Amino acid sequence: MFKAACLVASLLTVVLLAVIIGEILVKALPAIEKFGLGFLSGIQWSPNRGVFGVLPILIGTAASSLLALLLALPLGLAIAIFLSENFLPAGIRQVIRFVVELLAAIPSVVYGLWGIFVVIPLVQKYGAILVAKFGFLPFLAGPVYGNSLLTASLVLALMVLPTITAISRTALVAVPGTLREGAYALGATRWETILSIILPTAAPGIVASSILAFGRAMGETMAVAMLIGNSQRLSWSLLSPSNTLSALLANQFAEAEGIQVSALMYAAILLVLLTLVVNMLGEMVLRRTRKATAGLR
Amino acid sequence: MTSHNASSHGNFFAGDGKRTSVFRLLRNHLLTGLCISLSLLTLVPLFSIVVLVVGNGLPLISMGLFLELPPPPGGEGGGFGNAIAGTLVMVGISLVISVPIGILAAVYVNEYAPASRLSSSVRFVAKLLTGIPSIICGVFAFAAVVMTTHKFSALAGGIALSILILPTILLTAEQALLGVPSSFREASFGVGATSFQTIWRIVLPEAMPSIMTGVMLAVSRAAGETAPVLFTALFSQNWIRSVLEPTASLSVLIYNFASLPYAYHINLAWSASLVLVTLVTVTNVLTQLVFAPKHR
Repeated sequence: MFKAACLVASLLTVVLLAVIIGEILVKALPAIEKFGLGFLSGIQWSPNRGVFGVLPILIGTAASSLLALLLALPLGLAIAIFLSENFLPAGIRQVIRFVVELLAAIPSVVYGLWGIFVVIPLVQKYGAILVAKFGFLPFLAGPVYGNSLLTASLVLALMVLPTITAISRTALVAVPGTLREGAYALGATRWETILSIILPTAAPGIVASSILAFGRAMGETMAVAMLIGNSQRLSWSLLSPSNTLSALLANQFAEAEGIQVSALMYAAILLVLLTLVVNMLGEMVLRRTRKATAGLR
Repeated sequence: MTSHNASSHGNFFAGDGKRTSVFRLLRNHLLTGLCISLSLLTLVPLFSIVVLVVGNGLPLISMGLFLELPPPPGGEGGGFGNAIAGTLVMVGISLVISVPIGILAAVYVNEYAPASRLSSSVRFVAKLLTGIPSIICGVFAFAAVVMTTHKFSALAGGIALSILILPTILLTAEQALLGVPSSFREASFGVGATSFQTIWRIVLPEAMPSIMTGVMLAVSRAAGETAPVLFTALFSQNWIRSVLEPTASLSVLIYNFASLPYAYHINLAWSASLVLVTLVTVTNVLTQLVFAPKHR
């Protein structure tokens, strides 16, 4: 009896993902039939004219996540090294580790609220200076908007930092102590050891952390929806409004009707597939890393 | 791979060419300083968030805040009692659905058939589910519940949240069960207990504190999530009267009020943030305390 209940619960969990995808797919069918693959290359999203294309949104999703990753990787890696070395007493490291974990626990919508009142004014102020000096570059062209790709990416970077730190730290700690001792015995300084022995050995784990952080950034919704400006216009500039798949869903679902609901379901399917592929890739790299470092012992 | 790296960077010894020991020492200290300062730099945004949330949120905190309805646009006074009630109801619905399923599945995976194909599929799917964006839970509940009942409702929001928290509950429960020493099970079987008696009377009680910590973690996560309830429960200015009506929640209140041009509403959003941030901080500290000594 009890065992049967446990079995049913397990089966439910296993089919859940398929049920979710299936249900969304069914609701997306009208749009899939109507727009086909043109949905992916269309550059216009105008519900009142019945035209739906997600190319600018796909670009915005990729650009904001990539920019967030570029900003977060050096910082996250520095913290991971800091936490895995003994620069400062263990107590202080424990505090920093807890603080970084707390960053992961703060609700997305609170980041959004903070972003509106802190990051947007900062981007407006320094964005104007950037545009005045480097406005000739297409990706820094004016006018400056507070709700922009850059604003969203800055906050996203903060939000994916814990992912990078936690996974990279695990990879760094897993590097066998004998390698470090060997390097020290050859007369290497601490940083020569870190840069030429420990980081290369842990590199696959760091790559995995970046992939998983990228996946997380793609799926982040609320903070991005509040900060990115929700514009479907294509633009090269980091200081222009943009949009992401998840922000699009957040902003339009409540008021959508008819074929627009179906088009949003289509976009949701794309989001699920993209994040699943990225996450599976990250997990695969991570699994290989564990095997590789286990072999070094 | 590593030996290759070691040999290609083999010039560690001082005195070969320009790399004097002073230079190497200096570089070593510089990099240490850089690493420490970058790490401390992350404290700045967190500090800023905490200062703003406490500074803007605390002045409004009072009993009335938790018991009254939000004011109409432009109005002042009142609180977010209905949003707290709505969040509690929806988190409650999600717990009723996901706590039994998650714990039972964890028991199956860890106690009945740890090495079976089904168990590894459960772990795999749970892992994948933690990776799907939270808004997808909302999209699913919209498709499955809102589109069938033609109504935004607390029920739809609760179902969306239940999908969100299921993997958390399942995976932490599995960890908790793993933490029960196998000698407990052997002793129980040794005195003639059945496998059900062993699980029910020995293993589950022993794992319960850790399982509850996982549930607490899920509660704090669900309470703070906006995306799954945004277009399933929507929002309401009034108290919740039925689970089949649009319902307010703290997180959607923050989202809605953040972009209003009224100072009082924005301060309400900060106060709601303070409530949520306090909840996640307390839960995280608790989790640290419960899990740290048990799983050395």
